[in-house]
Amino acid sequence: MKKNLKYFLPIIVIFCWEVIAIVVNNEFILPRVESVLAILAEPLKDLFGSGSLLENAYMSIYRVVTGFLLGACVAIPLGILMGRVEWLDDAIDPILQVLRPIPPIAWIPLALAWFKIGFGSILFIIFIGAFFPILVNSIDGVKRVNRTWIETAQIFGASNLQLLIKVIVPAALPTIWTGLRVGFGVAWMSVVAAEMLPGTTSGLGYLIMYAYNFGQIQVIIAGMIVIGLIGLCIDFLLRQVERRKLHWQGMER
Amino acid sequence: MTLKIDHVSREFVSNAGELVTALDNIELVIEDQEFICFLGPSGCGKTTLLRIIAGLDTATSGRVVHDDHEICAPDPKMAMIFQEYSLYPWRNVLENVAFGLELRGIDRDTRIKEAERYLDLVGLEDFSRSFPYELSGGMRQRVAVARALAVDPAVLLMDEPFGALDAQSRNMMQKELLDIWNKTKKTIVFVTHSVDEAVFLADRIVVFTPRPGRIRENIPLNLPRPRERTSAEFASIRRHVLDLIDETSKSGKV
Ligand SMILES: Nc1ncnc2c1ncn2[C@@H]1O[C@H](COP(=O)(O)OP(=O)(O)O)[C@@H](O)[C@H]1O
Ligand SMILES: [Mg+2]
Repeated sequence: MKKNLKYFLPIIVIFCWEVIAIVVNNEFILPRVESVLAILAEPLKDLFGSGSLLENAYMSIYRVVTGFLLGACVAIPLGILMGRVEWLDDAIDPILQVLRPIPPIAWIPLALAWFKIGFGSILFIIFIGAFFPILVNSIDGVKRVNRTWIETAQIFGASNLQLLIKVIVPAALPTIWTGLRVGFGVAWMSVVAAEMLPGTTSGLGYLIMYAYNFGQIQVIIAGMIVIGLIGLCIDFLLRQVERRKLHWQGMER
Repeated sequence: MTLKIDHVSREFVSNAGELVTALDNIELVIEDQEFICFLGPSGCGKTTLLRIIAGLDTATSGRVVHDDHEICAPDPKMAMIFQEYSLYPWRNVLENVAFGLELRGIDRDTRIKEAERYLDLVGLEDFSRSFPYELSGGMRQRVAVARALAVDPAVLLMDEPFGALDAQSRNMMQKELLDIWNKTKKTIVFVTHSVDEAVFLADRIVVFTPRPGRIRENIPLNLPRPRERTSAEFASIRRHVLDLIDETSKSGKV
C-alpha cells in the first residue's frame, strides 16, 4: 500500500478536485477536470486569439533553451577558470555571493530598462536564472577534482591544456551537469514569470496571464500542467544523459 | 642510470604553524633495475620522498638527480602508482592504459595496440572494455601498473600500491609485480609499511624513522627469488627488520 501511494495519490487529488469543483459549481473559481482535459486534448486549437497551447509552449521552450545555452556558455568556462585560478576566485567570489541570492524575477525591472519589452529582456532573465547555479556548480566541481587524478596526468607530462581537457573537465562533469539541471529548472521558472510581463505576446506565461484576463481558469490550469510536464520531461532527459554518460559517478575509488 | 637522492630535506608548516621536518637530510643512491623498498611507520616521510622523486614536490634543500638530470618538475621518466584513485573512472580499462600515450600524441591505433600489449602483460586482456568500478582493487592496481609501463618509464614509483587490498590479493599482486619486474627490468621504488611485503619484494630495504624523517638503515637482501615466506631465512630477516623498527619506535618515545 505504502509503495503504491504514489500512484493512488494523484487519483485521489484529481477526484477531490472534481468533487470540490462540482460543489463550488463556478467555472471562474475552479473548473471541472473535464474542462481542463478538453483544453489539453486539443493542443493545436487557437485559444481565443492568443495562439494554441503548442505554439506557446514552443515559444517558451525556444526562449528558455536560447537563454539557458547562453548562460551555460558563459558560466561553464568562467566556473572552470575560477575553480583553477585562485586569485580570480578570490576576486570574483564576493560579487558572486551578493548577486546569487537575488531571484531572477528581481532583475525584471532592470531588464526592461536595459533591453525594453521583448525577447531581449526575457532572454536576460533566463540567462540570470541559469547562470548562477551553473557557475557555482562548475567552480565547485573543478575545485573538488581528486588531486591524485591531476598528479597522475602531470607525471605523464600533461600540458595545462591537456590537463584541463582530459582530466579536470571530465572529472568535474557530474557536478557541472548537476548545475545544468538546476540551472535549467530555474531558467524554466524564470521564462514563465518573464512572459507574464505586460507587452509579451506569446509563451506559456503569456497564455495563462491572458487567460486570467478572460476568466478562463481551465486554460490557466491546462497551461500550468503543460509548464509542469515540460519541466519534468527536460529534467528527465538530462537525467537520462547523466545515467548513460556519467555512469561512473559515485563509484570513484 | 642511477637515481641519486642528494641531501634531501623537506619541511612543512603545519596548520598549527609549527615547522615539521618530514625529511631530514636523506642521502641515497638507487641503482638501475633495483627493486628498493622504503619501509617505515606512517608519518615518516615516505610519501613525501616519493613525491619529490616524481617531481610533484620540491625539496626544501638538496636535490634528486636522475641520470645527470636534476628533477625539478613532474618528470616523464618516472611513473607513479598511487594507493587510491589511481585510475580515471570515466575511462574504460583500455583508455586508462592508453592515457599516457595519448598525452604524448601517439596516434590512436598505435596506442590502442600498445595498451593491449601491456594489458596482456598484467593478464587483463579480457577486461579492456570494463570500467574501473567493475574491477576488484587488485585488478585496478594491475591496470595502473600497465598504464605506467605503457609509457616506458625508467623508474616505477609505487606508494603503498597494495595497501588497500585483502591479504590474499596482496600476496598475489606481489608475485605478479616481481614477474613484471623480471620481464621489464625497471627500477622500482616501492613504499610500504609492511615488513613482510618489503622482505618478500626488495633487493634492498631502506628503513625510515619518523620525526624527523631519516634513514635508519639500508638492508640489502641477498635472498634468492622466489622467496618462501615460511622459510627460515625469510623469518630471520623479517625478525631483524622488525627488531630495528621496534628499537626506533622505542627510542622515538623517549
Ligand atoms: N602538504 C603537507 N603539509 C603539511 N605537512 C605535511 C604535508 N605532507 C606531509 N606532511 C607531514 O609530513 C610528514 C610525513 O608525511 P608522509 O610523507 O605522508 O609520511 P608517510 O608517507 O611515511 O606516512 C607527516 O608528519 C605529515 O603530517
Ligand atoms: Mg604515505
